[in-house]
Amino acid sequence: MQQIINFILKYKNFLLYVFLLTIALVFTVRARSYHHSKFFNSANWLTGNVYESTHSVSSFFSLGTENEKLVEENKWLRQQLYNLEKAPPEPLDSTKITYSVTAAKIIKNSYSLPRNYITLDKGRVDGLEIDMGVITSKGILGIVEHTSKNFSMVQSILNVRSRINAKILNTNHYGSLVWDTKDYRTVQLKDIERLVPLKVGDTIVTGASSSIFPENIPIGVIAHFEVNPNHSSYQIDVKLFNDMTTVKNVYIIKNNQREEIIELESKVGND
Amino acid sequence: MISNNALFIVIRFLLLIIVQVLVFNNLNYFGYINPMVYLLFLYWYPINDQRAFFILWSFLLGLMVDWFSDTMAIHAAATVTIAYLRPAIMRFCFGSNLEFQNFRISSTTQAQQIVFLTLLIFIHHLIFFSLEIFSLGNTLLILKKVLFTGLATLVISLLLRTLFSIKKR
Repeated sequence: MQQIINFILKYKNFLLYVFLLTIALVFTVRARSYHHSKFFNSANWLTGNVYESTHSVSSFFSLGTENEKLVEENKWLRQQLYNLEKAPPEPLDSTKITYSVTAAKIIKNSYSLPRNYITLDKGRVDGLEIDMGVITSKGILGIVEHTSKNFSMVQSILNVRSRINAKILNTNHYGSLVWDTKDYRTVQLKDIERLVPLKVGDTIVTGASSSIFPENIPIGVIAHFEVNPNHSSYQIDVKLFNDMTTVKNVYIIKNNQREEIIELESKVGND
Repeated sequence: MISNNALFIVIRFLLLIIVQVLVFNNLNYFGYINPMVYLLFLYWYPINDQRAFFILWSFLLGLMVDWFSDTMAIHAAATVTIAYLRPAIMRFCFGSNLEFQNFRISSTTQAQQIVFLTLLIFIHHLIFFSLEIFSLGNTLLILKKVLFTGLATLVISLLLRTLFSIKKR
């Protein structure tokens, strides 16, 4: 017994170091293979409030350009509204709509890491939940991965773990959207068959088989493509519509039928 | 001596975290270079303090930076490692000077101090980016990131060190 205590006293610094390193590595490996740790993310009370108070100052400097973006979007939406063949049937009944939209602001953005996460200033009390889609007026941004009471953390499309169902506009050729960490302006579209005719400049939008995003949300245009030598599919570089470095205002989309879809899919899976 | 004061350690700890997460995490030179200036905490920490406390402080420092930047716990892992290795690095840089009773980093030569800081930074960055990228296939990418981010960290840290150095009397 005496010897054990002597041993511990002698190597206490080393043991402390190994203990702390193990904690850090466990956190890291777990976050790598599963979801980000529950309390170990920037959507908590402390970090959220720090980021929000600094954001309230720094956002003043971009108010002009943000206003212009919103006016531009309003203009586009009005143009669509006035050119509708027939007016919307009746005032939208909130119990019948499939998608509901919440607006939020980005208080922390990141795009230089292999796993980028974005923090928003809205949380559970504003109705945000895990696995809601996040977009801007120009295109897709990511998926909500964690929520706290007043903040939420979004897994950006610039994240090696992100996998989003996407397709070529006006066709039914689906692939999945991933990121190779090289450039924050381009993401990669995989699994499009080589028989599909492609052109540089074709638009990529979200696909229909995602229960998170509505169909046809813009993502980007094809910048470059080549046939993957080992597979019978294309490797496509997609240039994003969003400038991921300057995004400020976002919309969070809730699919009200998502639970039903998942329930149905899990039933089919069990049989 | 001022730098030994526990209050100063706490203030330095908080200020370095705030500066790191609010300013230096958003620099993104060339799209990916974000200097990690919070390592100056390990450079400035008094040497004759309890080693266990130093390791704990460093772990907490890394953990706080991780918390703000959603990087799992890789800052913590890298920082706690160089905190543990610091005595060995110091022995390498300052040699027998360390044995003196009233040894202070400010009493060594500029070159020794810069080598000490450089070693701290590059060992830290090597561990950090290896954990972040986590694949041997990308060794070249890891080395590239270590080199460029390390240089940026070194330059900014040297500037901050000069700016906030305790004046010699």
